Amino acid sequence: MSHKQTKLTQNPLQKIWVPWMSSKLSRRRGSSVPQFTNSPTMIVMVGLPARGKTYISKKLTRYLNWIGVPTKVFNVGQYRRDAVRTYKNFEFFRPDNEEAMKIRKACARSALSDVGTYFMLEHGQAAVFDATNTTRERREIILSYAKDNGYKVFFIESICDDPEIIAENIKQVKLSSPDYIDCDKEEAVADFLKRIECYKVTYVPLDDDKDSHLSYIKIFNVGSRYLVNRVQDHIQSRIVYYLMNIHVTPRTIYLCRHGESELNLVGRIGGDSGLSPRGSQFAGALGKYIKSQSIPDLKVWTSHMKRTIQTAEALGVAYEQWKALNEIDAGVCEDLTYEEIQANYPEEFALRDQDKYRYRYPKGESYEDLVQRLEPVIMELERQENVLVVCHQAVMRCLLAYFLDKSAEELPYLKCPLHTVLKLTPVAYGCKVESVSLNIEAVNTHRDRPAVSACDRVAESS
Amino acid sequence: MTNCPTLIVTVGLPARGKTYISKKLTRYLNWIGVPTKEFNVGQYRRECVKIYKSFEFFSPDNEEGLKIRKQCASAALNDVRQYLTDEGGQVAVFDATNTTRERRDTITRFAEQNGFKVFFVESVCEDPAVINENIVQVKLGSPDYTHCNTDEAVEDFMKRIKCYENSYQTLDEVLDRDLSYIKIIDVGRRYLVNRVQDHIQSRIVYYLMNIHITPRSIYLCRHGESDMNVKGRIGGDSGLSLRGKDFARRLGQFIQKQDISDLKVWTSQMKRTIQTAEGLNVPYEQWKALNEIDAGVCEEMMYEEIQDHHPLEFALRDQDKYRYRYPKGESYEDLVQRLEPVIMELERQENVLVICHQAVMRCLLAYFLDKSAEELPYLKCPLHTVLKLTPVAYGCKVESIFLNVDAVNTHRDRPENVEVSRMAEEALYTVPAHQ
Repeated sequence: MSHKQTKLTQNPLQKIWVPWMSSKLSRRRGSSVPQFTNSPTMIVMVGLPARGKTYISKKLTRYLNWIGVPTKVFNVGQYRRDAVRTYKNFEFFRPDNEEAMKIRKACARSALSDVGTYFMLEHGQAAVFDATNTTRERREIILSYAKDNGYKVFFIESICDDPEIIAENIKQVKLSSPDYIDCDKEEAVADFLKRIECYKVTYVPLDDDKDSHLSYIKIFNVGSRYLVNRVQDHIQSRIVYYLMNIHVTPRTIYLCRHGESELNLVGRIGGDSGLSPRGSQFAGALGKYIKSQSIPDLKVWTSHMKRTIQTAEALGVAYEQWKALNEIDAGVCEDLTYEEIQANYPEEFALRDQDKYRYRYPKGESYEDLVQRLEPVIMELERQENVLVVCHQAVMRCLLAYFLDKSAEELPYLKCPLHTVLKLTPVAYGCKVESVSLNIEAVNTHRDRPAVSACDRVAESS
Repeated sequence: MTNCPTLIVTVGLPARGKTYISKKLTRYLNWIGVPTKEFNVGQYRRECVKIYKSFEFFSPDNEEGLKIRKQCASAALNDVRQYLTDEGGQVAVFDATNTTRERRDTITRFAEQNGFKVFFVESVCEDPAVINENIVQVKLGSPDYTHCNTDEAVEDFMKRIKCYENSYQTLDEVLDRDLSYIKIIDVGRRYLVNRVQDHIQSRIVYYLMNIHITPRSIYLCRHGESDMNVKGRIGGDSGLSLRGKDFARRLGQFIQKQDISDLKVWTSQMKRTIQTAEGLNVPYEQWKALNEIDAGVCEEMMYEEIQDHHPLEFALRDQDKYRYRYPKGESYEDLVQRLEPVIMELERQENVLVICHQAVMRCLLAYFLDKSAEELPYLKCPLHTVLKLTPVAYGCKVESIFLNVDAVNTHRDRPENVEVSRMAEEALYTVPAHQ
């Protein structure tokens, strides 16, 4: 009847309670890693050239990595470029070009093999297999490979017949491709269109009857319609939700912090203080800047904290408050200066510098927690068009890391100075960033990673 | 969340789960804070035609029947208009077959005239097993069939379905390409989603794509009694008392006896729920989202101390316990937002045991039992008691199982006097006993 009650110990970095014994059983017993899926997942793109497959692949990969699912893109076109150094013309893609077919098949196999390596040796959880995969035969090869290795497969097919969208696509990403580096625009477009024709001959879309046992989403005309078949698990459900919320309408996202606050001035972190005089100046300048940008239908979002709301108030426009945009909770360190943290919690301070992303303040949060809290904000940002987000340092770092595809290691050290607006514009496969300083002095709140290690560090005088 | 009110319109033959979806969706939307109400046209019909004779009422050449049915639909739409325009409603679910394009056009025009957005939810299913199960679960118990035996009822209902089949015009890829809708095929094996217009429709689609009807049970309980509980203190991150550890053991035995296939166990990231789960000897997953409500400056205080140090806050909390946010802490309203991903994953899962905390459990329970924001913070969730929830018909069956280990009572009822001017004794009248 008596069952030994296991002692718990709290992991000092993340403040996660785990069983004290280090047996194999305990690894899984107290799992604080979200169990999105047990088997790795292969996400397989399907579609003619210029249908947005690589755009989707890169964007989805960026999102999955940001929410903590290690994901990598395997672009078969890249393998082909590595194998065939110089691209001559569309004839390479002719269905009767046997030599080329051999090379293309080998490239696909090589990419598949790398997927295996990524899953088995590099702890990958999702791999995006970015290629046309337009024949049933090619998809069978992939399905076989996945089955042999115990990977789940989820297909994403992009179907589009709007010539305008395809032309825009070619302009945005094909003309600048390594394949067309020494062609003039008209030549490139003509060749690419012939390339598409080569695929059309053998294109067999996912069939709703014959492929009804497969898991897939079909995206029609850049998202006006979707067909979703057999979603198997949590990660596939999240992928579908994400894909259904993204769009390609041009728009701009503005990110900035609240104006300099009273606590900023005295070097204290957290809290809920109001703006300093310079901070109020910034709010006024921000209002002028926003007006000068003449942005149609701009949405303005703030957190629930006084300093962001005061900043938005000066803009004279409607704004929405999100609790999810509140600054990181520094728990017992709230309202302290870094010197006070060093004096009162030297171990915590050192742990934070060791792994700033995963470090959780006692009774507070970590950057990792922040990302989870911000996910609905990102999802809504994807749905929206022009938005200005007035937030906080740690929050802005997380959002910026999402848009600029920064790793967990880089994220907590991204520079987000006060009184500076970052203007993000989606372009090609990524995001253009413009940093606009509104020319109002403010304290610097950025603390770089110290060079000295925890063991050797002695409390420095400020 | 949305500027125009939204009218959700179900589409589908009888016994395709329209009412099930309507009620569930309405429950979810209300829980996340979107005032929603369902309008079941069949209900209007039952009020109009007091006694249901037979399927003949639904025959397409029963002119009298058709007139009444049209009137009922109009009456329901009228109530929808009132709800969305005058009563602060944000979403109305118009639950009827709506199987003809003509009927749907009428509704679309109505919505346009009133400035409502329309989103159709069509359920298509031809699996006879599913339809039969549906009839058994919800039709046999319908007021229409109280005086029939099972076979008579089933036979009549099948003929009723037939009445609709000939005139059924499913949402068409081409003809209806400008409408916003989701078509659910074979209870969720496949979905067709067309023209999602805004945030709320996107959330609705996500929700509908995550629910399922596979029978399963959800077990909710709190951690075992903690050292803080014993002292009458709230919050904190203490370990289990001796009685709490005893509960963890009994919980393990209980779970084993229930013999649940493939049970998932979830805890928060607080010591007391994890210690409880450790007693089960099975893998479990820790969710930060399941952490107890953050009482901010009141963390680790006794109610007596809160009254002493923050009497104003204490009174405000009693005035509106759902929306009240502790200084530097959270409100129940915040909790619900934090728990939404947990609910979404609970919908995806099958058998799950959630070991959590008082306020958290109240929020989850309110979702499953469709409790209002007013009732939610006062739901009784005593220590050492497991609530077993089993979906049945349109709702949830609850079984309360006390595991026979004594514990303090941590439930504080709303006192009579919630005015700021009240005396300390009046504020503390309902505080449960503690050390």
